[in-house]
Parts: sequence; C-alpha cells; structure tokens
Amino acid sequence: MDDLKDVILEYVIEEYADEDDEVTFDTPLISGGFVDSFSMVSLKRFLEVKYKISIPDEDASPEAFDSVDKIADLVTRFLSKQS
Amino acid sequence: MSFNDRVSRIYQQELDEIRGAGLFKQERFIHSPQAADIEVEFPVGAAVQKVINICANNYLGLSSHPEVLEAAHEGLDRRGYGMSSVRFICGTQDIHRELESKVTEFLGTEDTILFPSCMDANAGVFEAILTNEDIMISDRLVHASIIDGMRLCSAEHDTFKHGDMKHLEKKLQQFQDKRFRVIINDGVYSMDGDTAKLDAIVQLAEAYDAMVFLDDSHASGFIGKTGRGTHEKYGVVGKIDIITTTFGKALGGASGGCVSGRREIVELCRQRARPYLFSNALAPVIISGVLKALEILNRSTELRDKLEWNASYWRKGLTEAGFILKEGDSPIVPVMLFNAKLSQDFSRDLYGEGIYAIGFFFPVVPKGQARIRTQLSASHDKHHLDKALEAFIKIGKKYVVLGKTKEQIIEMYGL
Repeated sequence: MDDLKDVILEYVIEEYADEDDEVTFDTPLISGGFVDSFSMVSLKRFLEVKYKISIPDEDASPEAFDSVDKIADLVTRFLSKQS
Repeated sequence: MSFNDRVSRIYQQELDEIRGAGLFKQERFIHSPQAADIEVEFPVGAAVQKVINICANNYLGLSSHPEVLEAAHEGLDRRGYGMSSVRFICGTQDIHRELESKVTEFLGTEDTILFPSCMDANAGVFEAILTNEDIMISDRLVHASIIDGMRLCSAEHDTFKHGDMKHLEKKLQQFQDKRFRVIINDGVYSMDGDTAKLDAIVQLAEAYDAMVFLDDSHASGFIGKTGRGTHEKYGVVGKIDIITTTFGKALGGASGGCVSGRREIVELCRQRARPYLFSNALAPVIISGVLKALEILNRSTELRDKLEWNASYWRKGLTEAGFILKEGDSPIVPVMLFNAKLSQDFSRDLYGEGIYAIGFFFPVVPKGQARIRTQLSASHDKHHLDKALEAFIKIGKKYVVLGKTKEQIIEMYGL
C-alpha cells in the first residue's frame, strides 16, 4: 500500500504540482483547487495502464480522486476485485 | 413545487455563503459611455465619481469611437433594430454574410460563422465537430467558456500545464490512438496577460497530427504587427484550424463572437452548433458597428500602435516604481499583491484616488496570487497613465509593497 501511495504521489506531483506546491498523501486535490476535474482523466489513464485495471467512469468521481490516500484505496479495491 | 419559505431559506443560505467567502459580486453603475474617463456610482446610492478606467476590455477605444457610432446609427436606420429570428429561418441579412467574409479576410482563415457571443461560440463548436472517439487537450488556464464547451462535448478531455510544451507533447504522444486530437489554447490569457506559444504549438500539432484551437478574444484587433491576433504575432496565420473571438472587446466592445477557420468546421457549426441554431441573429446595429471597426483597423495600425506604446509605458512605470508584475507584452498588466484582502483594499484606495481597477483573488486566480489586473486602452492618453501611476505609487507606499519581493509581501500580509 505504501509503495502504491508513493507511486501515485510521485505521479500527482509531476503531473499537477507547481514549484511552490507541497503535496502529501492527504492533500485535498480536487476540492482544494489543486487538480481540476478535467485533468483527472490523465491520472485515471495512468492508474489503469500501470495497474492493469479498468475504473468505470461512475467510480472515477471527484470525491474518489480527492487525495492520494483515497486514490490508493480505490486502486486497492479494484486490484482485489481482480485477484 | 412553489417558491416557498424552505426554498427561499436555502437560496438565502447559499447567498450568505458567497458573501461569507468574500466572493459576492457587486455591480458598479456607470453613468457615461465606455471610455478612458467614466462616471461611476459606487456603492449604489453614492455620489457619481469621475474616474480613469483601467479595467475595461476596450483595448482600441472603439466602444465609443465616433465612426463606429455613426455606422451603428446607419445600420439601425437601414436594416432595423432586431431580426426576430434565428439565422437559418429569416435572420440572415446581407450584412451578416458581409461581416463573416470581412472577419475571414481579417483573420486570414477560410470561413467564419457569427455567434451571439464568443461564450456561445466556445459552447457550441466542440460539440459540433468532435465525438467520443476524439480528445481535447487544453492548456490549464483556458477561459471558463471553453471549459463549458468541452463539458458539453462527448470527446474525452485532458489538460497540459500552462504553456508547458514538453507536457503538451507527452499528452499528444499519449493520445495517438484517438481519431482526432485538438490542442486548445487562449491566445492571450486574460488573467496573466501572457500569450500561447503558437509557433511551438503548431509544430507539435504537425508532428503529432493534431488540430489547433485558439480563443483570441483578448488579442483580435491589436496583437501582431497589424492586429490580426496571436497567430500573426507567432507567424502562423493560416495554420490555426479553429479561431474563436469576440466583438465585445477590441472590435467595438458591444457583443457577438464567431468561429473562424477551416471551411468544413465552419459549415458543421452552421449545421449543428446549438447556440447558433437556437439564438437570435446578431442585431444589425452591432453588425454595422463591427464592420466599421474592421474597416478602421484595415485602414491603419495607429490604434494598436498607440495601445502597444501605452502598455509598454505603463509596464515600465510600474516596474520602475517597484511593483511586481506578471511578465508579458500584452495590454493586460497584472500587478501582483498575492494576498486577497490586500488586493481588495488596494483597489478600494485606488478608487478613492480616481482610478478604477479591480482586485482579483481565488478562485478567479490561483490561491496566493491575488492581484490588481490593469488593462490598457488606445483611448488612454499619457496624462491618464501618469495620473494612474501616481495613484498606484501613493497606495503602494501606503501598503509598503514597493520594491518588496513576493516573499516579503507574503510575510507582511500572509497568503
């Protein structure tokens, strides 16, 4: 789980952060105005390719993507469904 | 369900939340035509005050230009007040088509279709030409109307970091499996005043088989050597597939907008774009005014040259005084104050000195990037700018921000 969180955090920082931004596992990404809901699509794509899962649009809600912690929970849920 | 107490209470709560967040917008009543010198009543009921306006989109000073007014009067007399129809039933006059043709010529495109506003053009164009097999890749700072337009479209969407060509390239590589890719940009970004690097964007579009979309609302009429827009500045006239722009800013400032670009795209908009299909045709008085505005710009670059001089003089004056500005060379010059309350206090004090400029803060701009956005106009003369500079320096001294770094201002006022 920690590895998973680290991978997601690294992607989020590279993809969305500016120089001054500090992002941690529980930083509110969408509700905090850090990631707009439009930009989520690349994150969803990244997760699907990296973890070979398929996240239906109805599960990829702004709430479910609102922090690295929540995203990791979502990915774990889909990984366990597959196993 | 009627509009009962419960409904009223919920709406009141929502309004209170907006007020509580400091986001409640109040209109200021202007008792004069749009110009460099205006008469403003603010707050409501206060005595009308004469102020210098440095927050209008009246970039070329055409909003109250005598030739535009005369042409508008003539249009009213010759073609009437309203069309009482959408374009495709009985709302298209000869002058509507004439304006479409003149805009095409001005922007160096293949064809043009008029919309009631550029907001409508942006709301309608994507849905008309893209499907769920396509991808829209937009700069993260594009205008809200583009975001609304993308939301109305079934194509997938993604974003790239503002002005970051490497990031854009990565996205283009990532979406090579799509039927169409469209790179979506503003020409001049309205809050920062910087421009899209269209030469690099066109190169990437050619390399990765993408179309380029450009909203040039804050550029048409004055950016580029002859004012054609951002595509002229970057030497890519004829290479932008879709340009949307407004007549509500530099080109007379009344209202109306258009989609201009590839012939087939314009024709698809004529067949499918909902704001075009279901809105009244632009009023003849507006069409006549915009036709005259274009004629003035085709005749001479005097107005855009004056605007360029004004912007450069203004930028130099503020920089020498010790203000922090957003870099750029457009007539949008943001004076950075970082703290939201400071931006509001500064704006209020400027008004007290007879200068009308607005402070912007989150969510209109990112958190910690509050600013006074100033906008220059060809209607400003040097004495307007000198008086405004004097006021900025006076208020800047009051709040001790002159010559200070971003960190020092944040240390004094917080984020």
